Amino acid sequence: MTIETREASGQDTRSHFKETTYLEAIREAMWEEMKTDPAVFIMGEDVGAYGGAFKVTEGFLDEFGSSRVIDTPISEAAIVGAAIGVAHMGFKPIVEMQFIDFIAPAFDMIVNFAAKVRYRTGVGASLVIRGPCGGGAHSGPFHSQNVESYFANVAGLKMVAPATARDAKGLLRAAIRDPDPVLYFEHKFLYRRVKEMLPTDEEILVPLGVARTHRTGSDLTIVTYGAMVHKAADAAERIAEEDGAQIEILDLRTLRPLDSEAIIQSVRRTGRVLIVHEAPRFGGFAGEITAQLCEEAFEFLDAPIRRVTALDTPIPYSPPLEDYYLPQTDDIVKASRWLLAY
Amino acid sequence: MASLTREELRDLYRYLLLTRGLEERLERLFKQGQIVGGLYRSLGQEATAVASAFVLDDGDWLSPSIRDMGALLVRGLHPREVLLQYMAREGSLCGGKDNTTHFTIPELGLLGPISPLGTQLCVLNGVALAFRLRGEPRVCMTYQGDGASRTGASHEGLNFAAVQRLPVIVILEHNRWAFATRSEREAAVEDWVDVAAAYGVPAASVDGNDVLAVYDAAREAVERARRGEGMTLIVAETYRMIGHAQHDPQHYVPKEELLEWRGRDPLARFQSYLLESGFESRAALAVVKEGVRRLLDTAVDDALAALMPEPEEALAGTFAGDAAAVPWTRRTHVYPDLAHSAMPS
Ligand SMILES: Cc1ncc(C[n+]2csc(CCOP(=O)(O)OP(=O)(O)O)c2C)c(N)n1
Ligand SMILES: [Mg+2]
Repeated sequence: MTIETREASGQDTRSHFKETTYLEAIREAMWEEMKTDPAVFIMGEDVGAYGGAFKVTEGFLDEFGSSRVIDTPISEAAIVGAAIGVAHMGFKPIVEMQFIDFIAPAFDMIVNFAAKVRYRTGVGASLVIRGPCGGGAHSGPFHSQNVESYFANVAGLKMVAPATARDAKGLLRAAIRDPDPVLYFEHKFLYRRVKEMLPTDEEILVPLGVARTHRTGSDLTIVTYGAMVHKAADAAERIAEEDGAQIEILDLRTLRPLDSEAIIQSVRRTGRVLIVHEAPRFGGFAGEITAQLCEEAFEFLDAPIRRVTALDTPIPYSPPLEDYYLPQTDDIVKASRWLLAY
Repeated sequence: MASLTREELRDLYRYLLLTRGLEERLERLFKQGQIVGGLYRSLGQEATAVASAFVLDDGDWLSPSIRDMGALLVRGLHPREVLLQYMAREGSLCGGKDNTTHFTIPELGLLGPISPLGTQLCVLNGVALAFRLRGEPRVCMTYQGDGASRTGASHEGLNFAAVQRLPVIVILEHNRWAFATRSEREAAVEDWVDVAAAYGVPAASVDGNDVLAVYDAAREAVERARRGEGMTLIVAETYRMIGHAQHDPQHYVPKEELLEWRGRDPLARFQSYLLESGFESRAALAVVKEGVRRLLDTAVDDALAALMPEPEEALAGTFAGDAAAVPWTRRTHVYPDLAHSAMPS
């Protein structure tokens, strides 16, 4: 998929633009922040000499040296613990989880230490924990998860899940600068598939907590984030072509703090809403968003709220099973049509 | 020194060959796009898994890590089952739901690991606890990489087994690398056997590429555990002779080091030993090789003929007894008929 961003369309300013993948956008955000702020550094498994399992930090060791690009033992709890402590001392660590699934051993450090430390003591921890999430690569139950819901009920954590290269860059920059812990979920399926023309002479900074309208429409709102933005966009195009209906797609970008206002405003306009996420349904973000809409937009709804999500099972490995597990464009089309017809 | 019969020595040789041969087939299939997901090999480390698992009896349990294919074969897994599993086919050991060595097969005494490293030891401790609760002289054996041994789960598991004096044998595979990180950057110990001191347990350091040395160390540890004298940590000194997985060309590994360790190849060494000590003739070994080749040929053909699972199989099995899915696992919600409005076609 190739995303044309506003900057790239029409203008003859190509010299100031560079084709940038989602992965490169993540690299650039870290690179540029490390260049300008000596407090920023990276810790994780195989991030140095190897450049990270997905090569996100390739070249960082040569540029910034081993004191700022630290290869650690396989000890996620110790890595996050150290990140909290070093953050107390004024540094801004970026921790890489080799796969976001391996955030699990650090759960205690994140939910009990990092998330609560400012509230309890007044001393904060400015840190980013980032890593590849998501399915579609047939990698089985431990290299494909979307973990946002595991953390959704914990106050004190911010969470980001970009869908575009521009947002990947701008949100990571904002996350690094943020004074509190931010979990940054980068979808591995998008790493090299998303390519955009991004400006090279402008600082891209996307504030946390602000959703983005990916596509405008008046007939139905799809609220989504991460890789599902692209499947929703495919579905919307198909429906525009085949049914003539216009779907609005709201890309949340930040999950916590959630841009409730943007969701409510869009749904009040369209009167119909479909919530799509790649994480399982039960206890997922769609549930919270549904509740907020019931509280704030009930009278504006012309149809029930619907969800398209993954199954409430672990993520299976075999391709036919995984394809069945994951929400697909066809599912979004089917649910959208039902809502539009209601 | 190992007191193994000629048949046992031949079996060990056969398992080494089978392990290497099976992984070579897997690699070929991987290059043909038949393997789903990543492929990790145990090249150069086969002796550690084969010779240690060889000590176990029926009824003992074992939990492999990613480079212990040999142990699985020794426990009785058929190469065809391994191939089906790695090809994510219908009827494979995890039914297509999980990959690599992640299957649990009670009849073979196999406890499947999960990817998060260090965790399986903690669970295997529970199997060992069951043996002790029932007063059975059975033992558990597991493997962990030098990298995996640095996780919190591993530390807790080792300590738990030590304090509870569980019949567990932990084989720490010091293969010098954890993905692209040198083992020196995983632990500050100079001699990895020293980690055992922290847990107060007996330990042994062994040449992991020497079949008989591994066998002897494992045997002593298994006997100790069976006598009710608790766990042993065995450090197998070995080397990962290939990248972490197929996608890793291991550019970061010094050539000289690989060359040096190539000279210690466990299969070549054991073959020379068998020939030089007069246990086997070249002709006899050729017969073994031919048997392994034929077995693998058939296994590959069988596996390639298997189908992929049906998509709906994803729904079943999250809880006991739900062969049919529980309602909330439905992929997309049932859409009530819209009697009052026509569905667009
Ligand atoms: C808790 C956890 N963190 C990270 C990973 C990712 N990972 C998979 S294998 C590996 C290296 C393992 O090294 P080692 O334990 O020495 O085993 P070897 O590959 O050398 O056999 C890493 C970091 C993981 N599986 N689990
Ligand atoms: Mg290792």
